[in-house]
Amino acid sequence: MNLAAATNENLANISNTLIYSSMAVYTLAFFAHIAEWVFGSRSKVGRTAAALKEDSATGGSAGKAQVAQGGGTALLERPKVVTRSAAGTRDVPDGPGAAGGTFKGDLWGRIAISLTVVAFAVQAGGVVARALSVQRAPWGNMYEFSITFSTVAVGAYLTLLALRKNVRWIGLLLVTTVLLDLGIATTTLYTDSDQLVPALHSYWLWIHVSTAIICGAVFYLGAVGTLLYLFRDSYESKLANGGTPGKFATSVLERLPAAKTLDTFSYRINAAVFPLWTFTIIAGAIWAGDAWGRYWGWDPKEVWSFITWVAYACYLHARATAGWKGRKAAYLALIAFGCWLFNYYGVNIFVTGKHSYAGV
Amino acid sequence: MSNTNTTDERDLGRAGEQLSTAPREESATSVPAMGVIGWARWFWRQLTSMRVALILLFLLSLGAIPGSLIPQNSVDELKVQTFKETHTTVTPIYEKLQFFDVYSSVWFSAIYILLFISLIGCIVPRTGQFVGQLRGRPPGAPKKLTRLPAYTTWRTDAGPDQVREAALGILRRRRFRSHTVGDAVSAEKGYLRETGNLLFHIALIVMLVAFAGGQLFKSEGGKLVVEGDGFANTITQYDDFKSGSLFDNDDLAPFSFDLQDFVGTYERGGPQRGTPRTYEARVTYSEGADGETKKKVIEVNKPLDVDGTKVYLNAHGYAPVVSVKDGRGKEVYRTAVPLLPIDNNVTSTGAIKVMDGYKDRNGKKSQLGFQAFFVPTFAGDGQGTMFSQYPGLDYPVLALNGYHGSLGVDSGLPQNVYQLDTSKMKEFKDSNGDQLKKRLRPGETMKLPDGAGSITFESVEEWASFQISRQPASGWALTGAIAAIAGLAGSLFIQRRRVWVRAVRGTDGVTVVEMAGLGRSESAKLPEELGDLAAALHTVAPTAPDPDPDPDPDPAPETEPGQPAEESAEGAEK
Ligand code: HEM
Repeated sequence: MNLAAATNENLANISNTLIYSSMAVYTLAFFAHIAEWVFGSRSKVGRTAAALKEDSATGGSAGKAQVAQGGGTALLERPKVVTRSAAGTRDVPDGPGAAGGTFKGDLWGRIAISLTVVAFAVQAGGVVARALSVQRAPWGNMYEFSITFSTVAVGAYLTLLALRKNVRWIGLLLVTTVLLDLGIATTTLYTDSDQLVPALHSYWLWIHVSTAIICGAVFYLGAVGTLLYLFRDSYESKLANGGTPGKFATSVLERLPAAKTLDTFSYRINAAVFPLWTFTIIAGAIWAGDAWGRYWGWDPKEVWSFITWVAYACYLHARATAGWKGRKAAYLALIAFGCWLFNYYGVNIFVTGKHSYAGV
Repeated sequence: MSNTNTTDERDLGRAGEQLSTAPREESATSVPAMGVIGWARWFWRQLTSMRVALILLFLLSLGAIPGSLIPQNSVDELKVQTFKETHTTVTPIYEKLQFFDVYSSVWFSAIYILLFISLIGCIVPRTGQFVGQLRGRPPGAPKKLTRLPAYTTWRTDAGPDQVREAALGILRRRRFRSHTVGDAVSAEKGYLRETGNLLFHIALIVMLVAFAGGQLFKSEGGKLVVEGDGFANTITQYDDFKSGSLFDNDDLAPFSFDLQDFVGTYERGGPQRGTPRTYEARVTYSEGADGETKKKVIEVNKPLDVDGTKVYLNAHGYAPVVSVKDGRGKEVYRTAVPLLPIDNNVTSTGAIKVMDGYKDRNGKKSQLGFQAFFVPTFAGDGQGTMFSQYPGLDYPVLALNGYHGSLGVDSGLPQNVYQLDTSKMKEFKDSNGDQLKKRLRPGETMKLPDGAGSITFESVEEWASFQISRQPASGWALTGAIAAIAGLAGSLFIQRRRVWVRAVRGTDGVTVVEMAGLGRSESAKLPEELGDLAAALHTVAPTAPDPDPDPDPDPAPETEPGQPAEESAEGAEK
């Protein structure tokens, strides 16, 4: 028994070291991203403005058509498909990304991503070591929850990158928040490695908490997209109305994907996660039924999960309702994510309920 | 906007019609026709509109907030009481607003009832419409296919009939519902999206009804059982009992159980010393009036389930066994007395009440009462503390002080079994005239002064408290929940889209093929799929060699100025 305890403590220490190391590497990645943005700012782009001008010159609303790119030589064999955006939507090209198409910027961007991959691997190791040290799912308290949360967020981002999705623009913001999250986790939320109280012993812990973490992490990516959409959208409207945005705003926003792309990205993310979030709540209800004798009892955590769920349902409805698309729906999406965050931090810290035995 | 554009859009509108059953938005400002019926119709149309559904959903989430920040009667009545005592100014306001019962308040109920009326008012016509769509066929091709979100064209030597035939075959093989209208094939796929969406919304209603039913018919009660004792499921056996307003006593499932043994283990060392590790209540139970006896270990997450009634392990504590001898040396009392824990290390308090059979030295009837303080692990003599150091039974000590007189149990008022009413009792004094108290180890005895008898701390039993609850219709709620997820997945992941293939013989005798696709939302998948379909059709109807050396290769007979300018591939869908 003593021997086992010693190993556990060793593993816990290893986990802590790994988490701190990943923070160091994330910090390097953060600076590499900054370098990417700085070098990228030296390029002259102005494509958005050009596209918008051209649009108004040709009478606008007709909508422009583009040839969809097939793959390689097959293109010669098969008929080309022309795509056209719906009438009335702004049709501007995506920005070139943080690197602005400059070689140096791109190099730094690649370095940043490589560092992020390394940091992710180290951090994931930290989470696994923690799990081994306590011999259970590493989600017994807020510290463990937080380190897993940012690991999953970065993992989701890297997966999207690996699938060749246009997501490099998330990099800097993501790494910044990961550092923030880990900073809070290691300083104020830290809890020594230990086992769970009997109430948490259940395989529903694996199911319910893991999906909750995945939902939060991916909702977060969606929220970043929504936030940037709002900035980029006002930038585009300003340009379209003949205004001139500030120099800094231009430099940054010009390089982001088009507002429409960002909007679609967030919608897809949120829509993809919503069924999983629904499942998370139901799994929680089943667990509550087993543990506390009622599947729904309006415990603060349950209430806020419900509020978050309804808020996201609101957002999805808004998208399907004429007159609510675009910015209004985007605000709803941000409110919904705000609810998720409050459910995680706020409820655990400020409100006492049945869920607060997890030692914060 | 030019005139041609508007016609175009109207043309497109017809092609895109009925691609969903979402209600059309009507302007909120449209003034209803006069008269009661006019207003009623206007009101109904508003209530079942998407905008109002959106507002009600938003209100629902807003309305749920106060219940999470203010203590709720349904969750913890004690907390509500404390809150009311400390917040005297806001309490009357909160009470008016039913803020202590948010989830059963008039206003919260109003929100969700309106939402669900709106939902039903939305689902019924949508279902009808959808059935109509399933019966009907995808609409014919719009005049100008070039206006659609995804479009492709080529010229082929194959005849128009042949092309349409081939297209029909390809589309059907890919499970498009397709048919030929005039010179074009119309096809549609993805009806599961609508099915899923309707299923989801119907499942929400099922869940609500199941939840409401569960609340109305539920029953829930608590029972504390000492090791060796048992419980039979009748109302009189409960320590406390709550039930829904439509609950009937006959709804209680007949069964009984005995607590054989309770096992609790705790962390031995480290910073989390004393944190519980396992709680196990080992019981034997029998179903029905005289069913066979079965064994079961009830744990925190593993209730005993008898015919839909679940028995949960709720809490545990210690019950010291004490015996009392009266003035003549006769044992008049021997019971395990459950004491209530007051901290995490199970420091416990309670009362021992000897009501019948006790006679003092002179043979006079009397009653005895003892205030009991118990620690499973004593800090040690001289440590000056009577708080437990550890929740396990390492060094049990029972501290007692005694009274004699009348316990006041005959007054007819209900009494708390854990508290002693000493108003009609006198303290036992020691030889110095101080109150008699003593700390006992198991097996030790405290003598009462003046030959009044003695009390012995025999041993320690453990008790467990159980919550016995029945919530009907939870199976329905679960079914609804699963259906909701399935429906959602269908609704969100499946695209409903249409494809048209037009084949017309051009003036030069060569066939012009045009294909176009339309979905509810712009998606990268749509042009991809159209490309695949076109490639498949292209193998049957390959591009004809261009007989015309003219540098403008555009073959479309309906070419117009809006013809797409081919752009660099940069901005193309990725
Ligand atoms: C009880 C509250 C409700 C919830 C939680 C809810 C939730 C949802 C969700 C999550 C979607 C997204 C699925 C999708 O985008 O396809 C959706 C779609 C939809 N909802 Fe609701 N809904 C509720 C009530 C209503 C009501 C009252 C109406 C009718 C007025 C309604 C009409 C619709 C329609 C028409 C769609 C499909 C939109 C489309 O085709 O894109 N819903 N709902």
